[in-house]
Amino acid sequence: MKAASFEYVRPDRLERAIAFLTEHGDEAKVIAGGQSLVPMLAFRLTAPRFLVDIGRISELRRVAIDAGGIRLGALARWRDIERNEELHRAHPLLVEAIRHVAHYQIRNRGTVGGSLAHADPAAEMPGIAITCEAKIVVAGRQGQRVIPAANFFTGPLTTVLQPDELIVEVRLPSWRSGRRWAFEEFARRRGDFALAGIALFYDTENGKACDARVGAVGVADTPVRLPAVEATINGNTITENVICAAGAAAFDSVDPPDDIHAPGDYRRALLQVLTERALSSAAQPGRGDNV
Amino acid sequence: MSPARNVYVGQEIERTEDFRFLTGRGTFVDDYEPAGLLHAAILRSAVPHGRIVGIDAAAALRMPGVYAVICARDIGPTIPRIPIRLAPIAGLEKYLQPVIAVDKVRYVGEPLAVIVADSRALAEDAAAKIAVTIEPLSPLSDWRTAETDATLLFEENGTNVATRYTVGFGDTDAAFAGADYTRREFFRAHRHTAVPMETRGVVAEWDAAAGRLIVNGATKVTFFNRRALAAMMQMPESAIDLMELDVGGGFGVRGEFYPEDFLIPFAARKLGRPIKWIEDRLEHMQATNHSREIDCELEIACRRDGTIIGLRGKIFGDMGAYTRTNSGVVPAKAAQFLHGPYRIPTIKIEVSAFMTSKTPVGTYRAPGRFESNFFRERLIDMAARDLRLDPVAIRRKNLVAVGEMPYSIGRLVPYEAETAYDSGDYQAALDKCLEAFGWEEKAKLQGRLIDGRYHGVGVACFVESGGAGPRENVRMTLERDGHIAVAVGSSVLGQGLETVFAQIAADAMSLPMETFRVSHGSTTIVDEGFGTYHSRAVVMGGSAVLDGSKNLLAAIRTAAAGQLRCSEGDVTLEDGAARGFGGSTLSFAQIADAAGPLSVNGTFANTKRTYSYGAHAAHVAVDARVGHVEILDYVAVEDVGRAINPALVHGQTFGAVVQGLGGVFLDHIIYDADAQLLNASLADYLLPTASDFPNVRGVTMELHRSPSNPLGAKGAGEGGMVAVAATAGNAVAAALTAFNAEPKELPLSPPRLWRLIHQPS
Amino acid sequence: MSQRQIARFTVNGKAHEAAVEPRTTLADCLRHDLKLTGTHVGCEHGVCGACTVIADGEAVRSCLMFAVQADGMDITTVEGLSEGDQLSPLQASFRKHHAVQCGFCTAGILTTAHVLLTEEPDADADRIREVLSGNICRCTGYVQIIDAVLDARAAYKAKDAR
Repeated sequence: MKAASFEYVRPDRLERAIAFLTEHGDEAKVIAGGQSLVPMLAFRLTAPRFLVDIGRISELRRVAIDAGGIRLGALARWRDIERNEELHRAHPLLVEAIRHVAHYQIRNRGTVGGSLAHADPAAEMPGIAITCEAKIVVAGRQGQRVIPAANFFTGPLTTVLQPDELIVEVRLPSWRSGRRWAFEEFARRRGDFALAGIALFYDTENGKACDARVGAVGVADTPVRLPAVEATINGNTITENVICAAGAAAFDSVDPPDDIHAPGDYRRALLQVLTERALSSAAQPGRGDNV
Repeated sequence: MSPARNVYVGQEIERTEDFRFLTGRGTFVDDYEPAGLLHAAILRSAVPHGRIVGIDAAAALRMPGVYAVICARDIGPTIPRIPIRLAPIAGLEKYLQPVIAVDKVRYVGEPLAVIVADSRALAEDAAAKIAVTIEPLSPLSDWRTAETDATLLFEENGTNVATRYTVGFGDTDAAFAGADYTRREFFRAHRHTAVPMETRGVVAEWDAAAGRLIVNGATKVTFFNRRALAAMMQMPESAIDLMELDVGGGFGVRGEFYPEDFLIPFAARKLGRPIKWIEDRLEHMQATNHSREIDCELEIACRRDGTIIGLRGKIFGDMGAYTRTNSGVVPAKAAQFLHGPYRIPTIKIEVSAFMTSKTPVGTYRAPGRFESNFFRERLIDMAARDLRLDPVAIRRKNLVAVGEMPYSIGRLVPYEAETAYDSGDYQAALDKCLEAFGWEEKAKLQGRLIDGRYHGVGVACFVESGGAGPRENVRMTLERDGHIAVAVGSSVLGQGLETVFAQIAADAMSLPMETFRVSHGSTTIVDEGFGTYHSRAVVMGGSAVLDGSKNLLAAIRTAAAGQLRCSEGDVTLEDGAARGFGGSTLSFAQIADAAGPLSVNGTFANTKRTYSYGAHAAHVAVDARVGHVEILDYVAVEDVGRAINPALVHGQTFGAVVQGLGGVFLDHIIYDADAQLLNASLADYLLPTASDFPNVRGVTMELHRSPSNPLGAKGAGEGGMVAVAATAGNAVAAALTAFNAEPKELPLSPPRLWRLIHQPS
Repeated sequence: MSQRQIARFTVNGKAHEAAVEPRTTLADCLRHDLKLTGTHVGCEHGVCGACTVIADGEAVRSCLMFAVQADGMDITTVEGLSEGDQLSPLQASFRKHHAVQCGFCTAGILTTAHVLLTEEPDADADRIREVLSGNICRCTGYVQIIDAVLDARAAYKAKDAR
């Protein structure tokens, strides 16, 4: 399983990377941590002429937290997020979701930008991006553009990234204090891709839930928002009935494909269970005290 | 002759081989790089069944650094076929595999061509440029399709049903006709396999001047393989050396003769250059033996009080596309081990083996047993439920008693003689298991819903054979510096035999363990060896070491008598020295220094199998909404007769149980309806990790020594695997009594268990 | 075939220069160019962990890095975990607990465990299992490996305390 030949370039500045991609983007693949790309090269599922290593572009590694929200540089690694104490407080949902990504060694190399660009339908980071209405900042020959996560993923392993573009940063809105949240996924083994996963949060006003956001992974060609589930939450106190309704709404929202790991009807039933458990967990006292 | 003392035998001695593995100084086949090495890749069929129209390698051969592309036509008018090593069931011999595809391909992964180049990467580049034209034929993805013979895998044989035979004894018809209770069920065990961490590899070197072939990367049955290779290469055996290096696990699948074991040596001889081929993981999943795909229709007849009065049924074996060296073992042993550790007055099993267009099948740890114990123990639990009997009680009623040993189970295998369980107290093993497990307390949780999960406990009893004959040999040499070289015909694939054999020899000769240097497996070190399989290495190899030790002491005594100028009867051997009449002493080193190295042979021959036995118990919690099972506790108890190194036996138990649990809940080789292999990667073929089954405990008993070898040992490498599916299956069934869900098909993956619970058929 | 490039990195304290095709993985470079065969290759797609080495203090899968990507890095392989013929406390603990059978996965587990205990000498059994779930072993069933790592913690705590 040796990769097909490629030429290797390692630009040390963003502009140089973009200049190279502008000229050779059609025949190039960008590599950061390589944890998703290198296996594809090994299986010869892809055989680019050029490999553009952006791993040394230090400006892409920054993590910034301020009143405006959280900005994760494309090269921020799972390890960096996991060890950032401030992030635990500033965005507990992100940190919890990332806990489920892969394994120790992979987490030392895998990056936020890599995960978003790879766009596996079961991956956690795309799911968080969708759920939290993140903005993905992309740079290319025509400068920077800011793409809402909802518009970024177009199919399995497919995004709107053009051959001359690479992800620079992802921006998450700031996390409101007192917010209730949960992340639930089910995978065959620890670190495996989720058979299904759900991220949800809501704020409260006068004891009732509002501004709910619910997103799911592993149940469609891309991560998906579940507005029908959000509708069962908004305006209500979270009772057993509401939890049931939320689960049923999740079930009705998706029509997952069959694959070798699970048939569609199982994933749909699984999503229903995970939704119920997530909402139940979010509604527990103590869950909103993280910020 | 038993060892003279027990300073080492029976102790948890730390392993000698660990030093090199821990410091990264092992030598596995890919670590071996002779000068001038070239690299091979194998072009494999992507089509499961078809007629080869053409293989055009012109573009590949034009690439710089590519030396050869070898297809069937480049090998000769007759392509060798890989012979059967074990289990020669009439009919199977018509489906042998040619070492390279000739006019047809019959499974995804079948070798089409060997490419030799300066590097593996380049060889793969060249492979991608070879144009293969195959006219597809209908795939045979399962045995039911194969059985219709609508499409034939081997036109010349006229059928895909390789063999069909019946074994048994007694009058099952009468027993079933007159039974108080009968129940018939259909069970399935799924295709999965061993997946050792090291893939296969071969380095072949041709010494043209000497006319010798040296092949590194051999293991398991090196002497048989040498014989087979010699015939295929039309060379004398004595001109071929098969060398065993360090081996990264085998579990039955590595070491058998595969196509590459001919193709790479052939290429080396043809090109006159050393050639290395290392199997990559993708190839491994396609090309190395698969196993376990057995269906079984099984029927039990009982008296109202639970006494089993008969067992009958059918075994359907999916063999893949070719008969491999030991493929008959899987269905044959599945049938034999349906009997289990119980008193079965009459039994009748029909066994059928079918050829399908999938990777060929071979033996994987506890072959046939893992499957048939699942079938039988599940059925016993179902019968117990119907008869309102406790699952432990029904087993107690039927287990063969100590007083009945040796207990004949007749001739349930067509290529073997009648066999008998040699010794054992099956009730005691069951008692030990239940006690260690805490069955009485845990059984109170049976079927209860606690914190959202259903709890269940299950038990299973088993026997396992070991110590296959006919013989094993050792050569022991006292060197001039006082060290003793022990060369055994047994193969080592990770079981710690370098340590175990040193323990045995050290006690037998009353010497420190450090005296001994054990080498193994290579055909250069003993004249005739038989290898490692069927849990035979300690029984056969260890007993041969005992014999060799005795012979070496005798040789030392004789040499000492000469040097001390006294009669042999006056020589005392003690603590590495010989003392003669009058008190003069010579150390063993001095004796060898004077006489030259003293070399003796040792051997042990045996046709009687040993039978280890035991019981497993499991406590599971099932998240029924999601189909996930957590193993809260798992206890494996086995009487191995004699544990030469209890820590190593423990390691085998843990390893076998975890591998087995993977085989119940995770491992699954998935083919689609077109016989395409869908999950040839470790991302999609799931192996158990450290966090999956952490709660495994093992208890090793040494209650009943085997009467058939001087060590008293029974084989211990596979027993831990035998009862895992049975035990886990029973525990899950017990947890799900509220759903009336009876697991009858493996694997018990979450989607399949969910379906069983929520959509029972 | 593309031009070779020079990759420069330190391995076990020694500076190395390798002229490699860009597609050569760090694992293959270590094994075949530098002849450090202690690191093993089990899958070449980043799942089994046998190839784990330590790069700039972090455990990484060397089959998922190209040698050219390791330029300028400080690499430790299993060969660098011990001094001469003396087993390190971690290695000695593996021997004591019979945590090695065929030895093929061992190097990757040692490097991973070494980094883990260096950073988290108080890691408990659950944490150790969580981290080692990225290293597959077919022989041992993991029980004795976890025992060995737990027992080695004392040595890392002592180091820590100094």
